Amino acid sequence: MPRPGFVLDVDKSTPPILFHHGEGFRLEKLPADRSRVIYPGEPLDALDDVEAEIQAALLNPLEMDPLPELLNPGMKLTIAFDDVSLPLPPMKRPDIRQRVIEAVLDMAAAAGVDDVHLIAALALHRRMTEDELRHAVGDRVYDAFAPQGALYNHDAEDPDNLAYLGETKHGEEVEINKRAAESDLLVYVNINIVSMDGGHKSTATGLASYRAIKHHHNVHTMEHSKSFMDRHNSELHHSNWRMGKVIADAGVKVFQIETTINNDTFGDALPMSVLAKREWEWTAKDRVSFIGMQQGLKRISGSTRRKIFQAHRAPYGVTSVTAGAIEPVHERTLQHCFDQHLVEVEGQTDILTMGLPYICPYNVNSIMNPILVMCLGLGYFFNMYRGKPLVREGGVLIMTHPTPWEFHPVHHPSYIDFFEQVLADTTDPKEIEQKWEKQFAEDEWYRHLYRTSYAYHGVHPFYMWYWGSHALKHLGRVIIVGGDKRAVHRLGFKAASTLNDAFEMAEDVVGRHPTITHLKNPPIVMADVK
Amino acid sequence: MADKKGLEKLASSVQKARAKVPPVRALVSQTSFPYRAPTTPLTVEPKPEEPTLLGHYDSDWARKLPARYARFFLTEGLVRPVIAGLAQPERKGLDRLADLEGPVIFAANHHSHLDAGLLITSLPEPYRHQVFAAAAADYFFDTRVKATASALVLNAIPIERTKVGRRSAEQAASLIDDGWSMIIFPEGGRSPDGWGQPFRGGAAYLAIKCDVPVVPIHLAGTGRILPKGKSRPKPQRTVVTFGTPLRPAEGERSQPFSDRIEAAVAALADEATTDWYSARRRAAAGETPTLAGPETGAWRRNWALTANRKTSSTTKRWPEL
Repeated sequence: MPRPGFVLDVDKSTPPILFHHGEGFRLEKLPADRSRVIYPGEPLDALDDVEAEIQAALLNPLEMDPLPELLNPGMKLTIAFDDVSLPLPPMKRPDIRQRVIEAVLDMAAAAGVDDVHLIAALALHRRMTEDELRHAVGDRVYDAFAPQGALYNHDAEDPDNLAYLGETKHGEEVEINKRAAESDLLVYVNINIVSMDGGHKSTATGLASYRAIKHHHNVHTMEHSKSFMDRHNSELHHSNWRMGKVIADAGVKVFQIETTINNDTFGDALPMSVLAKREWEWTAKDRVSFIGMQQGLKRISGSTRRKIFQAHRAPYGVTSVTAGAIEPVHERTLQHCFDQHLVEVEGQTDILTMGLPYICPYNVNSIMNPILVMCLGLGYFFNMYRGKPLVREGGVLIMTHPTPWEFHPVHHPSYIDFFEQVLADTTDPKEIEQKWEKQFAEDEWYRHLYRTSYAYHGVHPFYMWYWGSHALKHLGRVIIVGGDKRAVHRLGFKAASTLNDAFEMAEDVVGRHPTITHLKNPPIVMADVK
Repeated sequence: MADKKGLEKLASSVQKARAKVPPVRALVSQTSFPYRAPTTPLTVEPKPEEPTLLGHYDSDWARKLPARYARFFLTEGLVRPVIAGLAQPERKGLDRLADLEGPVIFAANHHSHLDAGLLITSLPEPYRHQVFAAAAADYFFDTRVKATASALVLNAIPIERTKVGRRSAEQAASLIDDGWSMIIFPEGGRSPDGWGQPFRGGAAYLAIKCDVPVVPIHLAGTGRILPKGKSRPKPQRTVVTFGTPLRPAEGERSQPFSDRIEAAVAALADEATTDWYSARRRAAAGETPTLAGPETGAWRRNWALTANRKTSSTTKRWPEL
């Protein structure tokens, strides 16, 4: 029986707590009697027979006819699937998308469907490489469809392959992939690693153009998404739901297949397995293994360290497969997510600490640059709450990460210019949005790289910054421990060498003897703050 | 002079000593029981000799620890490099085995002596070193040397294919029950012409008896490296395609289950020569080409066989101008 997540009150006998620190780790002693640690739940039991569950979901969908009844020989079928940003880290083969897509195609084969396209729904993310596509959909599907040009990445800047479907009552334009819009059936295969994913967002964002996405990926929306992990209180999701209605009204029939995975991020094999254990339960073997890993990591170059970490594949277990109409499917999926991630927490804190790991949705097989550090900490981890933020308004956020001044030149070209040019000018999201966004979003060179190379869209670093705008507005100070000082200052944050130094610096903002809460993530945990 | 005399003296003393030692033949003929085997009285019917070869070969020693270590080093140090050099295998569909637990039966088509080695080196852990092969008793166990080599290298047990016997099946079942997985070629022998032969029911029978899944596997290309009748191998590329594990349905008998295994291998063959979705389309429509090939004259069967080979690259030979 897996143990649920819980809140540990730190006392004198609490051992040092493991903090992720990019491609490394820190063991930090938290002050006794005023600190607490939010631990994630242990991995929920995985489904015994995933194939059987997929079959059951496809044959008994929610509020839709069984999938075989929606398939016929002359139809146009499109299968869209989540891109390389999910799950994190990538899962061991076979990926759940592959399993679901193969089951869908088996039914399509039985129905004699000829016209099938598969599209990686990557919105404004970088295109997936052949290896990444093969990992997601499997070699069989790739070899059957890619050579004919029937498996490809969505292109949000291809005017010939986008369909304008109308606008919402709020004036938001809806434009999505033309093939998906014109298909008799669009099957969307998703992985809900966190509660932000899925629902109408899958199609309304994943298959949309910049023209549509800009209506919800902006400072106003993000500041009013409290949090974007809580879909019912998220302006980001309200906007996507409105767009979903426009898509449905335009006659696009979506058969949504959502899946959830458990918290088995690090598996049972040492040394990675120790990262998921509670510190006081580390055995002698765990400790030796951890020390060995730390010493080993210290002695190798940064790029080798990155390669080792990026090669990790998580042995996630699948906890649910739900298919049918988008809204009922998503409600059920959210419940599965919350079952795994949600931990009840009493009240807010003065200082929130978090150890940032080596990966976020936008640096799979890539480099975690300073903008992504900001996005992971202030965007994703800060928003891992329901109810109220974990830290009080005006409180301090302390993150540990090396924050190197380093960028992937192929994946993140516009990030480099954003960092050098835009952040040197201002770090205020609203000012950045008004003054700089259009120039980057419409830049022909960035557009060319997005469409033909493996670059994120020119506007993407702006969205990363907006992602943290709710936190920026809420917090009194942000401190990064162990980061590159120049890079940290460019982000507009304070740099500290040690956690104790950071606590000292935080006291200037929140007063003496502040309360401290550490969000121990990953594996994923989400606070239900009362 | 003194040296010459000394040598003559030495030679004569050696001769004398040799004369004192009886010849070996004389020694043997002079030894008696119990140093010699007893003779059988003329009035007594001699006890028939216990057969120790063919289907009676006892290969238990090959699963003891020293033999397992030896096999590990042989597999990884000899068989794997040889297979890599000769067969350059591409392995597909291993992801279909992700959920497997416990012993299984790996059932593949059979073209060449290389098949067993190729298959064993293609298996994922933990199966690769916890597997035994069902080998034809009349071929692999007819001499002491071949039997010992088969047992050591392939962990083979003898299977009678010319007569019906329980011994082989019981031994295989007992090993499966002990946690060993099994490699079997249900066609019963190598293909004589590159096309498949009908599957026999052994794999299905054992799967039902031991309640274990069968993994269908298609091996492509080994028939061109070392086909039946040839002794000099010719290196070629091979493809090993693993299929979705099959389990016997409730109450299913051996023959229908064996037919399903054969159909699954045929679908994998189709997948290896075309692509997965086209193969699924044909399977759904009941149009999967059979392993046995067209029922036509020999040259047309050969013709069809060469036509079936998938071209290695999907890239265009010439750029579009």
